[in-house]
This record gives sequence, C-alpha cells and structure tokens, in this order.
Amino acid sequence: MAQDMTQDMTQDQAFLELTGISKNFSLTRALDEVDFSCKRGSVHAILGENGAGKSTLIKIMSGVLQADSGTMSVEGKPVHFLTPSEAAASGIVCIFQELSLIPDLSVAENISLSNPPRRFGLIDKKHQNVIANELLARIKCEDVDPNSLVRDLSLSRRQMVEIAKSLGKKPKVLILDEATSALTSRDVETVYGLLDELKNDNVTSLFISHRMHEVERLCDTLSVFRNGRHVETFGKGERTDRDIVRLMIGRDVDAHFPPKPERKAKKPHLIVNDLRWENVINGVHLEVGKGEIIGLGGLDGQGQKELLLAMFGVLRGLEGTITIDGKLANPSSPAEAKSKKMRIALVPEDRKTEGLMLPMSIADNLIASSFNQVTTGFLIDTAKEKAVVAEGLAKLQIKIGSVDDPVATLSGGNQQKVVIAKWLMTDPEIILLNDPTRGIDVGTKQEIYKLMNELAAEGKAILFYSTDYAELIGCCNRVAVMYDGAIVAELEGDAITEEALVAASLNIDTNKGEAA
Amino acid sequence: MSIFPTLTPENKPIVIASVFILAILAVGTAYTLSTQGTAPLLSPNYLLQQLQTGSFLGIAAAGMMMVILLGHIDLSIPWTLTAAAMMATTVGGDLAIPTGIAVGAAIGLFNGLGVAYLRIPSMIFTLGVDSVVRGLMVAHTGGFAPQTAATPIMRFLAAEKILGIPVAIFVWLAVSIVIAVILRRTGFGRSIYATGNREGAAYLSGIRTKAVVVGAFVTSGICAGVAGVLLAGYSAKAYQGMGDAFLLPAIAAVVLGGTRILGGQGRYIGTVVGVILIVLLNSVLSIMQMPEAGRQVIYGTVIISMLLVYGRTAKITS
Amino acid sequence: MNSLLSQFATNVRQNRGFYGALLMLIVLFVVYNFMHPRGFSTPVLVQNANEAVVLGFIAMAQTIPVLIGGLDLSVGAVMTLTACIASELVNGSPAHMIFGMVVTIMSGAAFGFANGIIIVYGRLQPIIATLATGAIAIGLALFIRPKPGGDVDGDLNWAVTNSLFDFAETYHIFDDGKAAWFQPIAWIPVPLIILFGMAAIVWVPFRRSLTGRTVYAIGSAEGAAYMSGLPINRAKIAAFTLAGFFAGCGGLYLAIQTSSGSADIVQAGSYTLNSIAAVVIGGTSLLGGIGGAVGSLIGALILRVISFYFRILSIDPLLQTLVQGLVLLIAVSLGAIRTLRVKNRLELFR
Repeated sequence: MAQDMTQDMTQDQAFLELTGISKNFSLTRALDEVDFSCKRGSVHAILGENGAGKSTLIKIMSGVLQADSGTMSVEGKPVHFLTPSEAAASGIVCIFQELSLIPDLSVAENISLSNPPRRFGLIDKKHQNVIANELLARIKCEDVDPNSLVRDLSLSRRQMVEIAKSLGKKPKVLILDEATSALTSRDVETVYGLLDELKNDNVTSLFISHRMHEVERLCDTLSVFRNGRHVETFGKGERTDRDIVRLMIGRDVDAHFPPKPERKAKKPHLIVNDLRWENVINGVHLEVGKGEIIGLGGLDGQGQKELLLAMFGVLRGLEGTITIDGKLANPSSPAEAKSKKMRIALVPEDRKTEGLMLPMSIADNLIASSFNQVTTGFLIDTAKEKAVVAEGLAKLQIKIGSVDDPVATLSGGNQQKVVIAKWLMTDPEIILLNDPTRGIDVGTKQEIYKLMNELAAEGKAILFYSTDYAELIGCCNRVAVMYDGAIVAELEGDAITEEALVAASLNIDTNKGEAA
Repeated sequence: MSIFPTLTPENKPIVIASVFILAILAVGTAYTLSTQGTAPLLSPNYLLQQLQTGSFLGIAAAGMMMVILLGHIDLSIPWTLTAAAMMATTVGGDLAIPTGIAVGAAIGLFNGLGVAYLRIPSMIFTLGVDSVVRGLMVAHTGGFAPQTAATPIMRFLAAEKILGIPVAIFVWLAVSIVIAVILRRTGFGRSIYATGNREGAAYLSGIRTKAVVVGAFVTSGICAGVAGVLLAGYSAKAYQGMGDAFLLPAIAAVVLGGTRILGGQGRYIGTVVGVILIVLLNSVLSIMQMPEAGRQVIYGTVIISMLLVYGRTAKITS
Repeated sequence: MNSLLSQFATNVRQNRGFYGALLMLIVLFVVYNFMHPRGFSTPVLVQNANEAVVLGFIAMAQTIPVLIGGLDLSVGAVMTLTACIASELVNGSPAHMIFGMVVTIMSGAAFGFANGIIIVYGRLQPIIATLATGAIAIGLALFIRPKPGGDVDGDLNWAVTNSLFDFAETYHIFDDGKAAWFQPIAWIPVPLIILFGMAAIVWVPFRRSLTGRTVYAIGSAEGAAYMSGLPINRAKIAAFTLAGFFAGCGGLYLAIQTSSGSADIVQAGSYTLNSIAAVVIGGTSLLGGIGGAVGSLIGALILRVISFYFRILSIDPLLQTLVQGLVLLIAVSLGAIRTLRVKNRLELFR
C-alpha cells in the first residue's frame, strides 16, 4: 500500500529514485525493501524514531554505504555510488551529523577541500578565500573568518561551515541530517531562508529532523520510516501531529515484557542532586531506590549518556553531588565507582569500542572487571577464574563454542550479554545501562528485560537509558525524560505511555495536535 | 593464509618464526658441511654459547614486550641498560646488582609517569629520557669507560657455567618465567592486554589504566637494568654505548615473535622465539662470513617479508 | 593594514608552536653572537650554517611522515646511503657532477617511494616497516662504501660550504664575486641558501597542492578525509617519497661537506632520533595534522645553536645530550598540558 502511494506522488518529475533498497548490518536489517523517491525543487522531510533506518538511507544515497540489494537512479539513469565524491559528482550532497570537516585546516580550506581553485597548478589561496567568503555570506556567516581553523570554531559555527562546504559542491539534492540541531536560532532562520532559496533554484532538499515545528514550517512532503521500512509518504497538512506520531511508533508492540516488580517504597539508594557539566548536563536531580528500574528517556543526545558517564566517574569538572546510601560518592574513576564502597556498574553505549576488547577471548572479557576476586596472593587462581567465568556464562545463558574464542565471533546479542555478565560478576548494587538493547535481536532483548527484573527483585538499583519507548514503558517503574541536559518530565506507573513519552521528548503538545 | 588454516593469530607468527629458525639452521649447516665439512651449528656447545649472548637481548626484549603490548615503545632501553651497568659497577660490592635494578626501575617509572599522565607519545618521551640518561652517564664517567669493574657475582651470573650450561641462560629463563607468569597469571598482566587492545574499554571496565602503563614501563626498565648488569658482568666492566646494539633487535624480536606493534596481542614464548631467530640469523651470517653490508640487507628483508606474511593491519575503509 | 595585522595575529595564534620556536631560535642565536668573541661575523655564521644544514634536511624529511601521523625511522639511514652514493659520483666534469647530484637525490626519493609502497599496499605500520628498510639502506651503504672514504670535488666543497662571495670566486662569476651589486649579499652563507632554497622550491609548493593538503587532512581526521574524497594513498606514498627526497638532499650535502662518504650506523641512528626531536620542537604534532617542514627546520637550528653554546661557554661538550634531552622533554611536556584539561576522560583514548 505504501508503495502505491509513493508511486502516485512521484509519477512525473522524480529526480532521485530508490527501488527495493535493503541493507543488513550483521544480524540486524537496517533497511528492508525500501522504495523512495523525491521530486525536483521539493523540501522533503524524512521522519522516524531512532533506529528507523533514516541514517542508513541517506548514507546509501550519498555513497557512504552501499546497498545490499536494490537500485537507485538519478533523473531516470541508474547510478551506483562507491564513494561520497561519486555521489557529489551526480549532484547528491549530504550534510552529515558527524561532521566531515578537517579540524586542523582553515575554514576556507575546508570549504573547497577536495576541489580547490588553482593557479599555476597550485592552490590559489586568495581565490579560495573569495569562494569561502561568498558562500559564508550566502548563509549570513560573515562573522566567520575564512582563515580561522575549524577546531577553534564553536559547534554551531562548524555546522554552518559544513553547510557552506556542501553548497560549494553545487548540489541538486541537498540532504540535511539533523543539520539544525546544533545551530543558534538566528542560524536556523538563515537555514530556513536558504532552503526557500534552493527551492526556487529547483534544488531538492531532504530534511531529517526531530523538531516537528521545523518540519511543518519548511517541508512540502513528508515520509515516515519505521523499523527499516518506508511506511507512508504524504503532503504537508494531510496528517495531524498525532497521526504522525502514531505512524512513527506503529501500532504493534513487538516485544513482550515481564510483569513489573512491586515498587518498594524505601528511601532512595542513589541520589543525584543538581548535577552540572559543561552545558551538557544542566542541573539534573534524580533518585533511584533499591529494587527500582528507572528509565531515562528522550531523544538521542540530550545529555543521557553524559549523565551515566558522570555517575561512573568518567567526567572531570562535575558540579553537584552523587550520594549513595546517604554518603557522598562522586566517583573519580570507573575503578573507584566499581569498588566495594560504591558498587556501580555501567554497561556502556558502544559495546564494540567501550564495552569489549573485541579480539580478546570471551573469558578474558568476562574477567576484565573482576581480577581481584579471583586473585589469591599475587596470582590469579585459574580454577576459580574458570568457575567464575562459567557462572557468569550460565547466569546469562550465553551460547558459545569455547570460552577461548574471540568475543568478536559472537552475535551482537551475545556480545552484549558478555558485557552485562562481566559487570554482574562484580556484584554491583547500582547498575547503569546505556541503551543495552540497541541493535540486538528480539529474543536476547527479552532475556535482558527478564534479567533486569530479576536484578531489581534482588534489590539492585537500575538506571536504564533507552531510545526505544516501548522498552521504557514495558520495563520501568518510573521514566525521567531528558531534554537539553535536564529532566523535563518524570512519568510514573500508568502515566508512562507512548504518546506521553514521544510528546515529552519532542517537546510538542499532542493535545494541541488533536484539536487541529 | 591457507598454509596455516587452523592457527590462531597469536600462534601463527610463532610457528612461522620457528620454521624459519629451522630453515636458518638447515641452510647454515648445509653451508658449513659443504665448505668445511663440519656442522658446528648443530653442536650443543655452540648453540649454548649463542644462547648465552642471546640472553642479554632476550631479557631486554622481555621488558620491551610489556611496553609494546600496550601499543607503546621504550626507546630508552640503550641508556637505561648502560646506566644500570655503570651504576652497578660504580657502587660495587653486594649492592651492585640491587643498584643496577633500582636504576632501571627509576628510569622506567619516570617514562611511565610521562606517558601515562601527560599522555606524551612514548616514542618521543622515552627518546628524550634516553638522551637525558645518556647525558647524565657521560657526565658521571667523563665520557670514558668507568674504571670500576664488575663484581664477582656479576661475573658469575653472566660468564660462568653450571653443569656446562651458561648461568646467563638460567637468568634469562628466570626472567622469562617471571614475565610469562605476570602476563598470564596476574591481574596486572591481563590488564596489559586489555589496555593494549582498547584503552577506553579497559578504563570503563574499571581497570586503572594509568597504573598499568606505569607498571609496564617500570618492568621494562627493570629488565633493561638486569640486562645491563649481566652485560657488564660478561664484559667484566661497563662501557659507553654498550646498550646501543640492543634497541632495534629487541623491537624486531618482539614483533617477529608475533606481538602486534599496536598492542594487545602476543604471547611471551613468541618473543623468546624471536630472540633465538635473530641470534641464530646473526651467527649463521657470521659463520658464512657475510660482510656487514649483506647482514643488514638480509636483516631488513627478513623483517619486512615476515611481516608481510603475518603482520598486516586491517584495511582502513573509513 | 588593520586586517593585515589581524590576519598576522590569527596566523601567530594558529601556529603558536612554530612562532614560539622561531622566537626561541632568534633569542638563542642573538645572545650567542653577543657572547661570541667574533659574533655577528661571516665566518662564524658560515661555520654555524654548515653544522646545521644536514640536520635541517633530515628534520624536514621526518616532518612529512609525521604529518600523516606516521614516522620514518629510515631517514638517517637513507641519508647515509645517499651520502655514500654521492661520494662515488660527485666528481669529474661539471656535467658529471650534476649528474651525480641528481642521481644521489633521486635515489633517496626512490627509496622513500619504496617505503611508501610497502606501507600503503603492504599495510604495515610505518614505524616497523621503516625500521627494517632502514637496515636495508645501511646495508646498501656498506656495499657501496665498506670503508669511509671517497672523492668529492674539492672546488664544489669549498664553494657550497662558504659564503656567496667564495662561491662566486670559485666559479668566476659576478667578476669573481667583486661586482658592486653583489656586495650586499656576498656575506650570506651558501649552505643557508641551499637549505632554505630547497624548502622554498619543494616544500612550499607541496603544501599548496591537493596532495599536500591531503597529508594534513589524513593526520587530522582520516575518516573525514576519506568522506571528502581526498586521494589518501597517493598522499601517503608522496609523504614517504618526499621524506626520502629530503634525506637524499641531506646525504648529498653531508658527502660534499666531508668530501667523503661513510656508512656510519651510529651517525645514521642519531640523525634519525634528532630529526624526531627537531620536528617536535618545531611545533609539529606527533599525532599528525599540525605543523610543517619549516618549523622542523627551525627546530633543527635550535638543537644546533644549543650545541654552539657548549663551545663558547667551554661547558663540557659531554653534557650536550643531557641538555638536548631536557629541551626535548620540556618542549613536549608544555604541549601536553592541554590533556590535563580534558573534561571527558573518554576523549583521552580516542
């Protein structure tokens, strides 16, 4: 049905067209038979939850990734981009979230990085500055000195330089991936104006944003993605905010959650008070009791990760207090955080770089946090080590061939279980989970939910950050939603609903959407 | 790749290097049989003598391996070794050996603090420390070989024999056992692998990575100190530049033994094999009366070609 | 005028390491000349320049691999190899000498090119690969010159190791160097002209080419460089080729200066290590992406000027390495202070 809709929309002037595009990352399917097209001169929004496949889609369009199957065509001609520069040559230019600027080169050098103006075969610095000034003026950034280094610019200025750089490639399709997220309000107005200008020049803009008001103001067409599939494309004004939120979430909840444990009304075990750090954490207050599972919600990048790192002793220059069991804690390192005094465990965001030593064996990874438990005298007691490792494996039912296999050979789900098992072996009281189910299969997800319940029943205090709303609803006694480094809403019990969570994290009022 | 399909990445280099050792012995023996009609390379006495000279390199390489496993390097080994030897002979008496080892440990501690806390690339920091130590030693001795001699016990450990086996080999063996046990059976040793593989993940596992780095450099310094004390015993005295010939062979031995130059992977037995390989390669080349020129070229070519067989880094795609 | 000033201020701010080194060099050198009994005279300058040229070239050579975040441990050995080649070839008729010089420098570049190919297509770590190729270079040097010696044209030696006046006199140009217009520049030492001339005609254009820009981009953010479609393999090979080229220049000068070649392993090693020190002192980051060859040139000059002080102050020259080591440690420690200000400790590991 969705496909018919797409074809209706774009029968005539489809500029960029994708048919049957699929992409897998080891076990997860990031894109599933996606058909998508966009017209010349259209400002086209792509909406979806975290992990809906938006980023993968635009990476394929712009040549960073290659699709496993499916075809792509520009103006009816089939294309196959192996590198970003090939895509740029066909007029498709992307402004990435993770910037493609070289920090140690100047603004002017970055703007004409791969195709600088030349004179007598050498880079013409004067002309390069002229180009930079023209492009910067076009986005009203005359205050940026083309000679200054990108590393010396603020994040918002860098983002604008990135925009100038992509304009310099004379795009026919400009893809903006959360391009306004780091900008000041003045810059946002400038970008809006720019998009209007581009529309007049018949340039297509693909716009990814979590800000609904932005989408409403700018875009003429909207496409919603969910779970790697293209759900629907429609014109502006054809759907209410509330409908759009529903489309993004989907009706079917595809995971079953174990019953929630009773909340014990004891005094809180962990208290975070007025925590501040570098304008990323802006005065967080949070209480977690023993036996409670507290969710951290909100969109990506609202300070949730930093909050967990702060509680684990990673961040320097922290203001505010972290109290455990009535005693001031404020750990200064993960080693201190895991010590007998505090007993904190953190399952970090990226298991491949932060959680595991991938080339090392499963046993070595499991034992990495608990050497002192298996050491008698100076030496590791290998019999004890084997027993502890076996116990950890059994507790999480990790299916493996041999404990000596590199952990890299395991599936994503089993890898994540190894990380969790590693921490459970330290017998923690406080467990911090940073999106532990991202990118793992449904079966393992459910095992993790079950485990969280068991741990809570044992009296552990669990703080659980997830980008999946269904998980927060299914698992948590209470959910704190973060926005811009602060907790903007705390939902409890039955008040934890999809609508409430989405609304709180998007900062829109769903009731208003319904009224309209 | 297909020749050794069942070997783990850690063991493959060790097996290849061992095969290469046998090849060196075979080629060398074929050469001596055809030119002199004898096979000295296969005589136990000759091999033991080679291993005796190899034990100094072996001990220095053991320490170097600890540092390379972290993805760092210790370029201060030449003058750490020399300083330990010089101070040991200067102090003399019963305190000679403890002094030598203490000098090595102190230099290693300084290296470790600079690398772990200031996060200065070890390449440059240890290079600077090497210059400083060299300057201090030259000032101490006036640029000449010190007049003091090695103590009898140093002589015994380096140059005497027990049951026909050079004592130096026993010392190497003892150091080897200590290092191998540290790497396999202590939290410190396991933390070295974890930190060398991915420092961030090790840190987030609650490993005190700074202490691990400092500890590895101290171990490297101690090993260089022991090697220096032994070498002074072997030569009966310490002398200027006595450590210069150890730096590059120590690095080469560690890398040829399969330790990844970027850290995190490698077995201690590989380093032993690497040391034997280099020592035997040298002795076969000298039996063949290969001029220094040919030796250097062969030396370099062997390292490059063995690395091309097993040392390639993963391809960078983005 | 105002904007020129502010541009200059920006430039200084962005290249603090370089300007700091330059200031240090000027202060050290001026003070040295005041203290020297015959300070500010051409003979002193000529002598100083001669002692600095070879290290200057080797430091420039080391800079470019360092800029991509690598290291070339073979620069000293390549210098030794090319010096031995030059000691065989640079004599006879002028045409023959020029041929010999070109062959010398080109063999340095060819050796560097081979390094680059091995590193890029063999996917080996630069440190360990150049450690091994360095041994090969020394071996080849020993083949060419088992014993120190050689025969380099004496006139050439005289001409390039003295002032411009002596150069003109040797080759009977500019009225044997007595032309009136020539006098204001006649005092300049030829070695300095060679050193800075090479930097100007090779390094400066390279830096302004797309390949040169890619060298910086690789050292700064290799992933972003790839995303931007820059020629990464070409730039890496070029970096090592240029390192070989400058090492060849250093070797050629060394041969002419000493009128001989010598496959001296110790000397090769000490030049390699000093080159790293000069690069760091000159403001280039060992992590890549920041710095430049001219800075390394300044760094090399600083190391040399420090050694001049030992002579005039009659300090025991034996303390020289101690002071050089301390200078190096202090220089890198100052650069490392920013790591103490990192707020998110995870960033230390990236």
